[in-house]
Amino acid sequence: MTLLDAEDVTRKLPEGPVLVQGATLSVSGGEFVAITGPSGSGKSSLLYLLGLLDRPSVGRVRLEGRDTTGLSGDALAALRLARLGFVFQFHFLLPEFSALDNVLIPIRRRGVLDERTARARGMELLGMLGLADAAAKLPEQLSGGMRQRVAIARALANDPALLLADEPTGNLDTKNAAAVFDIFAELARSGERAVITVTHDAELAGRATRRIHLVDGRIVSDEGQGAG
Amino acid sequence: MKLLLALARGMLARRRRQTLVSVSGVALGVAFFIAIASLMRGFQTYFVSQIIDVQPHITIKDERRNPLPQAVEIAYPEAAIALNGVKPVDRIRGIRAAGDKIAILEAMPGVAAAPILTGSALLRYGSRDVSATVTGIDPQRYVQVANLGKDMTQGRIEDLRSTANGLIIGVGLAQRLGVVLGDTVNAVSPRGVALQMKIVGIFRTGIVGLDQGQGYSLLKVNQILQDRSNVVNQIVLRLADVTRAETLAREIEARFGDRTESWEEQNANFLNIFVIQNAIMYSVTGAILLVAAFGIYNIISTVVFEKTRDIAILKSLGFTERDIQLLFLLQGLVAGVLGAVLGCVIGTFMIEGLAQVRFGVDAPSGNDRFIMAREWQIYAVASGFAILAAGIAAVIPARRAARLDPVQVVRGAA
Repeated sequence: MTLLDAEDVTRKLPEGPVLVQGATLSVSGGEFVAITGPSGSGKSSLLYLLGLLDRPSVGRVRLEGRDTTGLSGDALAALRLARLGFVFQFHFLLPEFSALDNVLIPIRRRGVLDERTARARGMELLGMLGLADAAAKLPEQLSGGMRQRVAIARALANDPALLLADEPTGNLDTKNAAAVFDIFAELARSGERAVITVTHDAELAGRATRRIHLVDGRIVSDEGQGAG
Repeated sequence: MKLLLALARGMLARRRRQTLVSVSGVALGVAFFIAIASLMRGFQTYFVSQIIDVQPHITIKDERRNPLPQAVEIAYPEAAIALNGVKPVDRIRGIRAAGDKIAILEAMPGVAAAPILTGSALLRYGSRDVSATVTGIDPQRYVQVANLGKDMTQGRIEDLRSTANGLIIGVGLAQRLGVVLGDTVNAVSPRGVALQMKIVGIFRTGIVGLDQGQGYSLLKVNQILQDRSNVVNQIVLRLADVTRAETLAREIEARFGDRTESWEEQNANFLNIFVIQNAIMYSVTGAILLVAAFGIYNIISTVVFEKTRDIAILKSLGFTERDIQLLFLLQGLVAGVLGAVLGCVIGTFMIEGLAQVRFGVDAPSGNDRFIMAREWQIYAVASGFAILAAGIAAVIPARRAARLDPVQVVRGAA
């Protein structure tokens, strides 16, 4: 099942530089995609375009068959809330809220689950990522690896079709980085979901089922497509 | 909404001290507003109630608002007219057909009317001469429009009837003359009529001018004293509903042609001062609230600046621009509401504190303290202003927060 379809996507800045040039790709459920490339090659820019955080200057992005071109900011926000999950290099947890409350933010914002079910869902996610004991703790009381796992739990809160990660292991040691990639591989394995991650670590990229290599904003290689 | 409120509270709690400072700013503004407004309103209300209590609500006078036009002016309305050697007609002044007019007025619901004749007289007792205003009244009617009955300290108004040439005078006037109840004074009017008058009553209103220079006699007696038989020069009215005074005064003037003044017109100078007083009060307290609003603007701006990462992540998670704007607007409103509540509490303490102040002087009206108005409207206006100001102050930073591009923030942080 094709979750995401990018067609000839180009992103130019108003000042001139081209971040992404004519990228075409499609991602299906069960795929674990690593986007690699030297710094400044447009990896993150491509990820933001695929994640509907940014709009392409040319081309179109389809999410679950739906063309997102021309959708309003609010409509894109609603899609991100319900269908997408983000993990960044920095954990971006809200410092005033406990790990569980951080995970609950997207669930509460979506407002589909009642409070009890929402908390149960939050605890289940934290438990799945080995953080059951950390639920009540504030982010500053957690280690770097734990924070990033809380951030992953938050990204998964509304059961997204697509998990997007931008250098999620950039601030982690090798062991924690490997753990995060194991989690991603596990998440993709169910087949319902796809994971797309940007990384500059070739070794970690090797764990993905598919590797897209970017140079100067262009896709130069795409290995392992459909191998999920 | 609940979630946004929780987020707003969390963000404000992080900057506890700064939040406290801006909240205190709002609270002080609100408290001062409440205290000063209470003080002013209390004084003004007291003053107006005194006026309404003491003075007639409407006074019909034996004159016209504008001089009657000359016949030639009516004949040639557009012409330029020069009249030489015009002699004023020496006619007896007074309200014409006063009895009929009173009958008409008394037929109106909620209106009590009394005819009076006022004139000056020189009161002489022994070697003392004191000039006074003598008002001729119809006791039965007059007690319905004035508080003279209530103000009597010695004697009764009815004694005017039972005594020939009876006179009721103010307590100050009695002192100046050195008379007591039962004494007889010699009254001389400007027209030269002299009457022996017996003091049958003494009153005290608390208003110095009245207590020291006012006397009351029967209308008939004063008509003789003033040499103006059957003349009434004022009709005074008291209304059940004071607020109708001005409209009713205009109606009466239009109907009778006599100059008719409501208590508002007669005290326009004081009432105008109140308007200016209020304007000053509102601008001063408004300035305090303005400063408080800047405090709120400052803290919300700081929070927005500090929370760019949180804003970016919330937006990437699927919060809309409206959500973010509301989030920071709420923070301003929370600060505003806290400030308003705190201000209402402090304001109440200030009101009660001011109410304890004693001047130590015995004012003629018997007041040696501030009269505070304890009205919920004052609290409502102050709180409303504060919350509005806080909301407006938060709008600008909230809009900035809403427009933040998460991609740029994430890029910068990475």
